[in-house]
Amino acid sequence: MTGISIYLTIILAPLITSITTGIFGVKLGKTFSHSFTILGVLIATICSYIVLYQVQIEHHVYNGALYTWLTVGTQTISVGILIDTLTSIMLVVVTSVSLMVHIYTIGYMAHEEGYERFFSYISLFTFMMIMLVTSNNFVQLFFGWEGVGLVSYLLIGFYYKKESAIFANLKAFLINRIGDLGFLLGIALVFMYCGSLYYTDVFAKLHTIRFDILFGTNWNIITVMCILLFIGAMGKSAQFPLHVWLPDSMEGPTPISALIHAATMVTAGIFMVARLSPMYNLSETALSVIIYAGGINCFFLGILGIIQNDIKRVVAYSTLSQLGYMTVALGCGAYSVAIFHLMTHAFFKGLLFLAAGSVIVAMHHEQDMRKMGGLAKYMPVTYITMLIGSLAVVGIPPFAGFFSKDMILSSAVIAYHNHIPGASFAVFTTYASIFITALYSFRLLFMTFHGKERFLDESHHHNHEDNKHHASHKPRESPFVITLPLVLMAIPSIIVGGLCLIGFVTGKFVFGSVFNVSWIVNGFKEEAPSAIEMIKESVIHLPLYIGLSGLLVAYIFYKNPNISNKFVQSIKPIYNILDKKYYMDDLYIKVLMPCGRILGKFLWNIGDIFIIDGLLVNGSANLINRYSKILRKIQNGFINSYAIFMIFGVIIMLTFCTNLIFG
Amino acid sequence: MIGINHYLTLAAILFTISIMGLLLNRKNIIIILMSIELMLLAVNFNFIAFSSFLNDSAGQIFVFFTLTVAAAEAAVGLAILILLFRNLRSINVKDMDKLKG
Repeated sequence: MTGISIYLTIILAPLITSITTGIFGVKLGKTFSHSFTILGVLIATICSYIVLYQVQIEHHVYNGALYTWLTVGTQTISVGILIDTLTSIMLVVVTSVSLMVHIYTIGYMAHEEGYERFFSYISLFTFMMIMLVTSNNFVQLFFGWEGVGLVSYLLIGFYYKKESAIFANLKAFLINRIGDLGFLLGIALVFMYCGSLYYTDVFAKLHTIRFDILFGTNWNIITVMCILLFIGAMGKSAQFPLHVWLPDSMEGPTPISALIHAATMVTAGIFMVARLSPMYNLSETALSVIIYAGGINCFFLGILGIIQNDIKRVVAYSTLSQLGYMTVALGCGAYSVAIFHLMTHAFFKGLLFLAAGSVIVAMHHEQDMRKMGGLAKYMPVTYITMLIGSLAVVGIPPFAGFFSKDMILSSAVIAYHNHIPGASFAVFTTYASIFITALYSFRLLFMTFHGKERFLDESHHHNHEDNKHHASHKPRESPFVITLPLVLMAIPSIIVGGLCLIGFVTGKFVFGSVFNVSWIVNGFKEEAPSAIEMIKESVIHLPLYIGLSGLLVAYIFYKNPNISNKFVQSIKPIYNILDKKYYMDDLYIKVLMPCGRILGKFLWNIGDIFIIDGLLVNGSANLINRYSKILRKIQNGFINSYAIFMIFGVIIMLTFCTNLIFG
Repeated sequence: MIGINHYLTLAAILFTISIMGLLLNRKNIIIILMSIELMLLAVNFNFIAFSSFLNDSAGQIFVFFTLTVAAAEAAVGLAILILLFRNLRSINVKDMDKLKG
């Protein structure tokens, strides 16, 4: 199987299984639903690896249209496929994680209502994500973009009877609309100034409009485009201040937190910026904006993870922080490094979420870490895999996160040496975040898997209510379908970093589709390290010790809760701000929402009720009514007056006709 | 010598009388019917005058048709009038304003 048929297989297999399961799933049963969807994703995964081989080894790149979607004037929008190095890597990441999550779901959702619906949704998600990454034009990118947003909305609200889930999915939906507005405006600007929506045409046109300015202003057009498109990425990739939906999205089932809100969908923004790297390279201003956004995310939102008690929310804030790292890499112009971190992050963060889900299953859907503890001896596989994930996220060599994160740190330093505005901020935040990351990751690990078995208190508490359940309250290791994906995700979390390091740093793995900024290319040429060297050198470099100190602090706090309590007391004002998440939710709900409502009411009263309803719709009717009241007086019902009109009419007509004929 | 313009003048006078009967009369609907008959006769007058003047008998043949149609029309008109009278108990034109908008 070669060429276009294999690409079509990757795209259509998840779609077909999704539709089939969605429509007939309930009739055909649970076993059919999960085996059929897993088969679809498995086929897509295998094909993705074949494509990866074809692209990376045989350099077989494809860019073509499949089907004409619509024609407007001279513009044709088609459903197209662009298979290049970047796409091949994204395909492998998306399908692999999706496959793991599909298998995991069998165990996690086993006793849940809507089992078939869930499988249908996640397959649909896989399809949409594949559409997004294989697109060769902006419109299809937008289709995939909205598609994954839709499935995310559906899955956050999967438990649609739960009030908080409905609130969370609406929040995610609305916040994403803000981002999408920027994204759409960006696409519109691209179309306006480049006259095409195909990536290749747009990139070819960029140099001719390089110094153009936006009409009516003195802003560089490419900068405006880039920033608008990045606002879209901010919504989808949960960058400050549009991040507020991501922690709340944890209301959804854990498998989708792993698939959508950690590994794939939230990285769509990173992917998009990397895909448009030729455009971003032309605007240093836009890159600076991106650096600042990423810096804020990776440090200030990471801190919030430290004080969370919900196991999934800790991982969610960790995701925000890691997305910040990727954004910093994008802002430094090291797009290939961002994609590298995207890939390693997809594996280790997916792993962390899946492991957290495994704990949640064992604790009978209890997510509060204060009610856990000492689980390590009951759930060894989960414990070890989560430890691997945590080490990877902190960036301890030789785990995957170490390489990608270290490269981001180097990129930030290189950008700093090249006097890029914002790079100094990025250097500070990325280094500081290592400490934060270690602190919350190991706090989670210690609270969940070590120490006193607090769930026993819980069972005593329930004792008088439910005597029979007492025995089954002891947590057990999760079933095979859950531990298998954990192990399979742990393996890439260890090795993928070292394996892919050189390919990404030199840009070879994304050759021809992602173009790093010149200073990054030169910077890495001077010190392109091999994996072994990097591990050796890490001993004398700062990041490792920052990470270890975070680990140590987490251990001290865990051993002596008094110290941590005293520490919290001493920084009470700061703690309160953190506890309220910088008052961002309050800002949205108490300030922006009423403002939006006032604006909406104003527009409703003025625009809708007054202008549209009052002036246009009812106004035209009233006008006709008024004039017809005058005109109807002619129609008095007497034959005589009609006869007058007829006769005079005939006379006038005859006069004019005689003139026409004889004159 | 009586020329064609005398005939045409007579026809025009008849036609004007009939129009006036149609326009000014607000009392009696039978007068309207009569005015219409008179109007047709005035037109017939023109036909005959031109037919004689141009030595073309087609005009006179046309008059026969017109007379036939006029007779039929008068019959139908009177029938309608009788029905109208049965319903309204009046032949006053002022009462007949059912078409008023």
